[in-house]
Formats: sequence, C-alpha cells, structure tokens
Amino acid sequence: MSNLATAAAIMAGLGLFFGTVLALAYRFLRVVEDPRLDVVEEMLPGSNCGACGEPGCRGLAEKLVGGKVLPSKCTVSSPEGIDAIAELLGVDAGEEEKRVARLHCAGGLGRALQVAAYEGHESCRAAHLVGGGGLECSWGCLGLADCEVSCDFDAIGMNTLKLPVVDVEKCTACGDCVDACPRDLFDIQPLSHNLIVQCSAPLAADEARRICKVVCDACGRCAQDAAPGLIRMENNLPIVDYSAGGPAAAEATSRCPTGAIQWVVGGQLAGLAGGGDASRSSHV
Amino acid sequence: MIGALARSFRHGIHPEGHKEDTEHLSVERMPFVDRYVMPLSQHAGAPSRPLVKVGDQVQRAQVIAEPGGFISTTLHSPVTGTVRALGPGHHPGGKLVDAIEIEADPFSTQRLAVGGAIPWRDLTDDEFVEHVQRAGLVGMGGAAFPTHVKYKVPKGKRVRRLLVNGCECEPYLTADHRTMVERPREVLRGIEILATRLAVEETVIGVELNKADAVEALEREIAERLPDPSVRVVPLKVKYPQGAEKMLVEAVYDIEVPAGGLPLDVEILVNNVGTMAALADCFDHGRPLIERIVTVAGPGIERPANLLVPVGTPVRAVLDHCGGLRPETREVVMGGPMMGMPLASLDVPVLKGTSGLLAFTEAEARLANEYTCIRCGRCGEACPQFLNPSRLSRLARAGRYEEMEEYFATDCMECGSCSFACPSGIPVVQLIRVGKQAIREKKAK
Repeated sequence: MSNLATAAAIMAGLGLFFGTVLALAYRFLRVVEDPRLDVVEEMLPGSNCGACGEPGCRGLAEKLVGGKVLPSKCTVSSPEGIDAIAELLGVDAGEEEKRVARLHCAGGLGRALQVAAYEGHESCRAAHLVGGGGLECSWGCLGLADCEVSCDFDAIGMNTLKLPVVDVEKCTACGDCVDACPRDLFDIQPLSHNLIVQCSAPLAADEARRICKVVCDACGRCAQDAAPGLIRMENNLPIVDYSAGGPAAAEATSRCPTGAIQWVVGGQLAGLAGGGDASRSSHV
Repeated sequence: MIGALARSFRHGIHPEGHKEDTEHLSVERMPFVDRYVMPLSQHAGAPSRPLVKVGDQVQRAQVIAEPGGFISTTLHSPVTGTVRALGPGHHPGGKLVDAIEIEADPFSTQRLAVGGAIPWRDLTDDEFVEHVQRAGLVGMGGAAFPTHVKYKVPKGKRVRRLLVNGCECEPYLTADHRTMVERPREVLRGIEILATRLAVEETVIGVELNKADAVEALEREIAERLPDPSVRVVPLKVKYPQGAEKMLVEAVYDIEVPAGGLPLDVEILVNNVGTMAALADCFDHGRPLIERIVTVAGPGIERPANLLVPVGTPVRAVLDHCGGLRPETREVVMGGPMMGMPLASLDVPVLKGTSGLLAFTEAEARLANEYTCIRCGRCGEACPQFLNPSRLSRLARAGRYEEMEEYFATDCMECGSCSFACPSGIPVVQLIRVGKQAIREKKAK
C-alpha cells in the first residue's frame, strides 16, 4: 500500500513542480505579438515573391507593423489593397516607383546567328551548358523560356522571335527571372528609365555585326548624343548611369546603327507579338 | 578466366565498347594545316596570358602564353608561323573566348627545335613543378587539369602510391590504348621520373581487360627495362566509369576517396598514361605539349583513325583528313560519347584535352522518348558515387537547387551512367548538370 502512496505522491509532486514552472514561464517569458501582424499578413498577397526585399510576406508584415517601411513597398498588391493596409495601420501609403524586369538582348530567331540546332532538355540552362545551344553569340538569349517558367505572375511570354516579353502591368520586379536566366540578361529597373541597352555582347565592329543583326557594335554614338556623362562605353557596351548625368532623351538612340539601344516607354520589344503559354509549368 | 579475378569498383554500367574500328590502327601524324587557333583557356583553372602580339613570328613549340595563376598552364605554338589575330575565337564549349590565331608558315620545315633533356634528378621540388608547368602539361584523359598542380604536394601530405590510368572506359576512344601499345617505353619512363621525384612506394598501371595487347606491351617493357617489383600492371574488368580517379582508386585498392576529397587524401596520385608519356617527352627531350593523340571514329566518319594532331588544329581539318563526314552524320562530339561535348561548330580547335572526335548518325544521336519516372531505381544502381540521381533530377526540374545540395549534388561527376541506365529516357545527368550549374552560380554571387 505504501508503494502506491509513494508513487502517487511523487507524481503529484512532479505535476505540481512542472505546473509551477510552466505557469511562471507563461507569466515571464510570454511573447506579446501585435494582433495586427496576422491581419496585415492576411492582407498582403501571400505570394512570398521577395520583390520587397523581405524573405516573404510575413517578413514585410513585421516591418510594416513595426513602422519601418510603408505599405507601397509591396509591389504586388493592388492600390486598393495598399490603401487598406495604410488605413489599418494609420500610416501614409507611401509612394514606390514602379520597377520592372528589363531584357538586355533583342537577338531572337532570324536576328542572332545560329550555328547548330540544339536538341535535348528544353531549358536555357541546359542549352547554355551544351555548346551554348547552337547560338553563335555567347551572351544572347537562348529562347528556351527558363524565365517564363520562373515567373510566378505570368508576366513573361515568349514572342514569335523566341524572346521573352515582359508584361509591365503584371511584373512585380520580384527578380525571379534575373536568377533564372543563365546568361544574366535581365535586370530590374524603374519603369521611368527609358534608355534600354538591348544587347550584352562585349564585342565591337565587324566581330559583333557578324553574329547578330541587332548587336551593339560599340560605335559609341549613343554616348556622344546623350547628355554629358549619362552614357559611358564600358567593355564595348554602353552603360546608362542616371546618377552621372541627364536628363535622358530619346535622341541618344537616334543614330544607333543596329537599334541595340532603345527608348522604351512601357513594355520592351513592342510590335513583336507576345503571348504567354500558361501550360508551361514545373513540378516534382 | 582472368576476367573473374579482375578487380573493379561497385556500381557503374556496361556500354558497348565500339572500339574495334580504331583499336588496331597505328597512330598516324596529322599533316600541318594553314591555320591554328589556341584558346587561352583550354585547361581547368585560370586562362593563360598571351605573350605575343598580332604580326609576331613564332617558332613551333615557342611559348605564346604564360600561366594566368598557379592553377593554369603555359601555351606553346603548335607551328612555325605568324600570329594573325588575338581576340574572340570559337571554343568547343560553344562560347566565344579569347584565342590566339596562328597562320602556319608554308615555307617552314616545321622542325622542332627544343632544349633537349632536362636533368630532372637535380631539380628541387619547386623547380620540378615549374618545369612541368612550363611544358604546358595537362591531364590527357579529358578533364585537362594542369598536371603540375597534382605534383605540388601540400605540406603535411604525401604520395605513397602512384596510380596510372590506362582504363579508357569511354566507348570508341582508343588514344590511351594506342599510347600504351606503341609507346610503353615513354609511359614507363614517365613513371620512373615521377615515381623517383615523389618517392612513391609503388606504382600500379590500371588497364581494362579489353586491352590485352596493352597489358602485354607494358608487362614486356617492365620485364625488360624496369625489372622493379614496385611497378606492376593490374588488369581491371571492363566497366564505365572506371577511368574516373575515384573509381580507379576503389577498383585497384578498394579504398573510398572521401566525398569532396581528392585521391591525395588517401595518399594516392592518379595520372593518365598519356600524361606519363608527355612527362617523359618533357624531361627527356624538352618537348612541351603541342600535340596529342586523338581518336577519330564513329559511324559518321569515312575513315576512322588514331591521329597525332597538333593542338589548335581546327576540327574541320581533322575530319577532312579522315575523308570527311558521311552525309547521314547528325552530330559531332568532342571527347567520349558519355562525357564528351557535342560541337555547335566544326571551326573549333582540337584542345589539349581532346581525346576523340566522334561523328554520330541518327541512330546514335536520336533523343530517347521521355516518359515519367517509374521509380525503378536503375539510376541509383548505376551511380558510382552512390547518389540518388532520380531524386536529384526531379529536384533540378523543379528548380529546387538548395535541396539538391542536401542530396550531395556536388559529388556528382556527371559520368552519365544514370541517363544511360534510365529506361524512361529521362535526361537525368543533364538535369543534374543544370542544378549543379545553378548551385555554382549562386555560390559565386
């Protein structure tokens, strides 16, 4: 009988002890979470795209509630959604410049020299590893749509030249296409930056013109015609540096012999029919 | 009977050898052509730095580019002639890379004027390594890793065993085979030099059993000239990829090289038989690496051959010398059919690491119809690194590259056994390569 009593006493004692510890922990180690955090996260798009620079929507929600950033940091939400968050938090919606992905190549089918036909796994990265996919230009777009597949917002479609066309309305500047392209042909720029160099080949003159019809052959005319300092030639390519000069004007592109530098308003590659192919997707 | 006793590694595959067309053909010299292209990066590591200008006259075997770092090597002119261009040139990898273009002088005798024997016994260790680098030696098996780097044994490490690779496990290729049959003396001389310099305890030449004449030639040479019990030939079962360093170490010694490590970590140094012969040429005759044996074969080739080709010779010229391509040719591959690189242009040059040029027709080059993975596990049974290729390829297809690292994607040596074994025709190794490239890119950022 006494064995039973001892066991019961020990169990009761242990229960009491751990109960006290838990009660104390609840009292002193409690984390008070702002109830608005969950609400704000719920109001964000939940795509975890990373365009705001945070690892995901929860990260942005924390910063928003903490007052570190303004709601317009989220480039995916609609203006109404932004306003709703601003209203909830009682802050200004803020103004964020619209940024989009820009492609630095225009040498698609019939424009860039092809030396062989690529057969195999249909991916730019795979083709890039095998003889550059038959494209003579080592820097140009391979046209196998890795960027299109990577885009979570269906903002990229391949046009008839097998070049990706970015829908600036849908583009959230998340940067997935920048990472997906094995040739680093995308970058994220403010939509207001109209001077776009649509070539990445560091070649000059005949060497360049041999491989592509819309190549930059490093003649340097755009640099001469632009406002002083705005465009500089580096590694046989024009670099547009808005911090070094301005204002930018369409005249800089007027004497370009190949059309490699373009004054772009809105979407790139205008006039070359686009068209998304939603059937392309990836899964394990 | 020997076959049953012969050693090998675990896993791997048994592709058809297809070596019958060239394995009995003696090596012939490729005549000089009028134009040579020397890409500055035709070895693993940093590109070489050019030492010549456009218009310079160069002698055959003259140094035209110096190493761009320690893991880099010297380039020599393959001919006497004139430097015609310095700029972007075709590389077999499909990229335009910096290259030196040399026009051969048609009035030159192309006589090789080199320094003569180097007293290798009297050199310090660093001088020895420097001489090997100055001779432009790279691994002749295909990877073209600068040879001198292997000879620079880091402090605290030592090489106890020298393993000479005469497997040539890739189908079609017979360059190493012919080297062993025709130049056993040079192979053993190279071994003598290296074994003495590194003071190794024993040397093993691993040769696959489909090269019985090579085993015989080497054994005869050992018996006659080097009656030394520390050098022996070990016959190995025919299996792919036995010529990979880690697989060869496992086949011969039953030792596993640690993941991410080198054979040096188990005190072994692996060199190709061709590299050994080149080493003998370097120290006995002062001859740098300016030419190599290339197997030209495959069903699309008019006249298969083993050719001694000056490095830098355009592939088109080599194929023309062999009667050109048959009309049904679909694809030309540089290297072996398993790990070689399909060429996008025939204007690319033969490089120091080019072991073969293979022309394939529709029958060989056709892509298999792809079906879904049926989880049969044959890729896993084939993988010599004991990875899970099926899982890796599915992760790669989904772009989940970080997870691939957790499944040891970086240990994959891209031998292609998984793709070969896959009954669903899935391009397994291609997918893994995509993932590995993405991982590398991420690390570089």
